[in-house]
Amino acid sequence: MLELDDIQHYLLTRPHATIAEYVFVTFKNAESGRNWIASLLDTVGNAKTVMAASDTDMRWVSMAFTFNGLKALGLDEESLSTFPEPFRQGMAARAAMLGDTGANHPDHWEDHMASPDLHAVVILFARDKAEKERCIAKHQEYLHQNPGVQVLSTLHLEAIPPYDYVHEHFGYRDRITTPVIEGLGIEPSPGSHPPSKPGEFFLGYPDESGAIVPLPKPEALTKNGSYIAYRKMQEHVGAFRDYLKANGKTVEEQELIAAKMMGRWRKSGAPLVLSPDKDDHELGFDDSRNNMFDYEKMDPHGYACPVGAHIRRMNVRDNSVSQIMHRRLIIRRGGTYGPHLPDDAPEDGANRGIAVFAGCADISRQFEFLISVWANDTGFEELNERDPFCGLQDGTLDMVIPKRPIKRRLKNIPAFTNVRGGAYFFLPGISGLKYLATLNVKR
Amino acid sequence: MSNHEWMTPKAKAIPKESSEWEQGRYGPVWPKTPACYGFTIIADVIPGRAETIRNYGVKLEEALKGSPEILAPLKLHYLRWVLFDNDTRFMYQGIFDTDFDKYTEDAIQLFGLAGVDTVFENLVGFPTDWKTNAPAFIKFVREHQCNSFLEYGEYPFVSADEIKKALKLKAAFSEMLDQMQ
Ligand code: HEM
Repeated sequence: MLELDDIQHYLLTRPHATIAEYVFVTFKNAESGRNWIASLLDTVGNAKTVMAASDTDMRWVSMAFTFNGLKALGLDEESLSTFPEPFRQGMAARAAMLGDTGANHPDHWEDHMASPDLHAVVILFARDKAEKERCIAKHQEYLHQNPGVQVLSTLHLEAIPPYDYVHEHFGYRDRITTPVIEGLGIEPSPGSHPPSKPGEFFLGYPDESGAIVPLPKPEALTKNGSYIAYRKMQEHVGAFRDYLKANGKTVEEQELIAAKMMGRWRKSGAPLVLSPDKDDHELGFDDSRNNMFDYEKMDPHGYACPVGAHIRRMNVRDNSVSQIMHRRLIIRRGGTYGPHLPDDAPEDGANRGIAVFAGCADISRQFEFLISVWANDTGFEELNERDPFCGLQDGTLDMVIPKRPIKRRLKNIPAFTNVRGGAYFFLPGISGLKYLATLNVKR
Repeated sequence: MSNHEWMTPKAKAIPKESSEWEQGRYGPVWPKTPACYGFTIIADVIPGRAETIRNYGVKLEEALKGSPEILAPLKLHYLRWVLFDNDTRFMYQGIFDTDFDKYTEDAIQLFGLAGVDTVFENLVGFPTDWKTNAPAFIKFVREHQCNSFLEYGEYPFVSADEIKKALKLKAAFSEMLDQMQ
């Protein structure tokens, strides 16, 4: 059974927040860093209390550390060496493999994301602006008390209009699908994966292999922890809308193309496999049906949902493509940053996009596989394509829309997105945070 | 393959190493050749275990009869299993369309289902904790992989899926001709 009172709430539940702030910090000295953790500890919510959904208890802070951060806090070399290689290297060092080249190369990343000085992130959720201001003011106080902790960058996240459903800047409804963890009493929506073994996301528990993977040392730090892979992706909304207009004569056709690239209709999230020709609002919002499909039997050739569509790459739902999809799942967290671009407004050049964390227990098997292989391998299902949203695009690749009697080809997919930052963090359990707060302190 | 590349047999010499090779999650990825992707793993047999390995041949044959689709995700052409040097050494060679390095975890899982892991347990140096230690399994495979220095394809770069598609088309076509009699 999961030790819910020792696991940070972040991957297990979503507080009723519309606003979030990421604060990325560096530790100039270990002692300041440890004191800063100690002062924030009380505001970090564990899964048990936050899931009890008390709106009065707003301990919605989460804290996570890079490998360099653990080092800067004074974790000994021997322990450091027991962490897995991808985490030790960090995301920027693995850019070539992840497909972060060209315009997506770490040289172009912002917010100091590729810097070895990036040590920790604090994620603050707030119910509204006033609450956020209060949290940030409070955090400022802690920073004043611990001058050895310096803010490298901050990112403000806020839901964008229309507010009646969660969506990102291109207009796609999001947060429909997420893995469910065994033992929490939550039923996966029909058609989704059976509940995952906790070890797929939390260290120290059996995973889908049935075994408990040995923990990095010391266990006091790593038990109940997870890895969260950060991706900041700028969305070029103008370029996206222009592409739809250039390839679709009517509004309906543009909507269809948008749906074909995603695998779900934009405004409702209705899956193409179940509603191939037109949007079905009711279906999209019906959680008992909106995941009730597979590709293998219902759409093997991709006539409804192209094989290269984003959701068909990220969750293949087809045993002949993967028999270990249950070992490739990630828990997606995060939201949109930057100003909303109204439907009729021209591109204004503003920096907007999504800033997301992918939660997992094995960075390489889960997150890196999704990005390096299913998003970026042109050999995926012999398509010679990449994911239109989270794959590297530079206008040289097409995307095929299977269609009878002959397929349609979306030509020269441009970069609708660019990677603007990324990093690997370790999200400790509550006792792990306490361990860090008191590290090397003579007791 | 619009330019009928498959019509012209082709060979490719492969250098020992190259800085141009793509980096995978576990190190450099060996390039695709006219004989597709593949690996050749050579390892010493734990003394006295050759018969155990040989006996798995029969078991594997049966396992695959039961579920012939089991290895489909690996997009295989051929697998070859060889005991040599008086049963002291073992060679496992595979020809794939997917790049093995990218799908290593799938392969481990599928080999597990097909009983291949139990064969590996009879090889010198195979990590005993492989079930919970994928990196160690992968390290073993990479350390025992013997890179080809030359590969040849009579019909270069053709994938197993393409071959199956062509055969299906041929079957459908002859059926159509029969119908027209
Ligand atoms: C700007 C880039 C991106 C956009 C616009 C985008 C958008 C979406 C949307 C609209 C959905 C469907 C909603 C749902 O199923 O909950 C979705 C699903 C998903 N996305 Fe993304 N996404 C982006 C980047 C990423 C990245 C970087 C990853 C991986 C780290 C990712 C992984 C997934 C996964 C795993 C699913 C669920 C698929 C399923 O279970 O059917 N996405 N995305």
